[in-house]
Amino acid sequence: MTDGGKPPIKDWATDFDHTHPDYARKAPEVWEELRQTCPVAHTERFGGTWLPVRHADVSAIAHDTEHFSSEGVIVNEFKPENLAPIGYAPPITSDPPFHQMARRLLLPAFAPKEIDRWEPATRKACNDLIDDLLAGGATEVDAAVQYAQHIPVRVIAEMLGVPEEDGDKFRTFIHRVLEAPGEGIGELPYEETLDYYLRQVIEDHRQHPRDDLIGFLLNAEMDGNPLTDDHITGTVALLLIAGIDTTWSAIGASLWHLAQRPDHRKRLIEDPDVMVFAVEELLRAYAPVTMARIVAKETEVGGVTMKERDWVLLPFPAANRDPEAFERPDEVILDRTRNRHVAFGLGIHRCLGSNLARMELRTAIEEWMRRIPDFELADPDAVRWSTGQVRGPRELPVRILATAGSR
Amino acid sequence: MRVRLDSEKCQGHGRCYALAPDLFESDDEGYSVLKITGDVPAELEEAARLAADNCPEFAIELDEG
Repeated sequence: MTDGGKPPIKDWATDFDHTHPDYARKAPEVWEELRQTCPVAHTERFGGTWLPVRHADVSAIAHDTEHFSSEGVIVNEFKPENLAPIGYAPPITSDPPFHQMARRLLLPAFAPKEIDRWEPATRKACNDLIDDLLAGGATEVDAAVQYAQHIPVRVIAEMLGVPEEDGDKFRTFIHRVLEAPGEGIGELPYEETLDYYLRQVIEDHRQHPRDDLIGFLLNAEMDGNPLTDDHITGTVALLLIAGIDTTWSAIGASLWHLAQRPDHRKRLIEDPDVMVFAVEELLRAYAPVTMARIVAKETEVGGVTMKERDWVLLPFPAANRDPEAFERPDEVILDRTRNRHVAFGLGIHRCLGSNLARMELRTAIEEWMRRIPDFELADPDAVRWSTGQVRGPRELPVRILATAGSR
Repeated sequence: MRVRLDSEKCQGHGRCYALAPDLFESDDEGYSVLKITGDVPAELEEAARLAADNCPEFAIELDEG
């Protein structure tokens, strides 16, 4: 394994690096170690960053918008400055009171009733992908590369009204923003940047108006005024980036889990009623998203003093494995009935797309299990986990042991 | 049993109306709305407990009476 060119970690409590391949491989072990020793880790990297791992600390920070700003949500060498309260991708980068206006604009499009409309298209996308996977009687396939990564791309492309064929481009942008933040910026020709792509897509919608989310944003008003170009571009960037590798990670991690648990595969097939709990339990155990904040005013959390402008990571997956908040946190209990998991965050920035993500995850597991009820990891050592603030398998070779049904 | 929904704490996670659709529903923005007033019918008490036990924001309180 390579170290991605990053300096080795001296010790997780004082020198952690969430973009290091070691973290990607064994994050749950790191959180467990820190919970018992720290419990708020620090690193000098990225200009000084904190990593709380207890549910209570993560919750306190997520609910405290007075001391913690969302001006920066991706920890990297370049810390946004003077962008609050709007930020570069509203509403995720916005603070009150602007945040609420920008968020309310989008909430109806992501409410359960609206999201239900997208389920048939999602189910079709899953089956198209499975048809391709199984074509020619393949027995070894990559569940992340050939399945999980495409599902959210197809759905969000249709919601936004951008070509599904641009999926490879989206994944490149996402890798730059989330997995290798800040690396290699400034070396790219403008025509290859996310900003250029977004401006092209938005201009195309202006020229050819249509009834999709970008069309909606172009016509939307806040306080009686149309949205600014920067607001529209930032929000489209958010919807594109936040909706893809997060859900792809959750689908991939769930299939990684099921590939190793014949008992859980059997349970899902024989007892479909367990699905409503199983989806949430898989989200708890394999929550992909760690958010971040910038300290707005010096404050104390978990016994440490955080100074103005420090970065703070909010590892929701670590909170989900805190024994103070969950019984037997490291076990996946498919029918767990007390599950206040925080995979979608806490407080005013609760994931806008949570209903969409949940629908995609449930549908992706249902269709996979219906058509590929038996499978296992082809090579556990070949599974590669992403680095950075979104954690999930990027390569997941599985061996198909049985197929069933048809589309 | 009585059930109370704290709308100040609710952030629209949607766990309650998924688990207890006879007691809670979504408004147009995804926030939860309590559908009943007064006592929880006996046959819905289990659903009420599920909703309370799965709210990430601790926005649902039960008074088991």
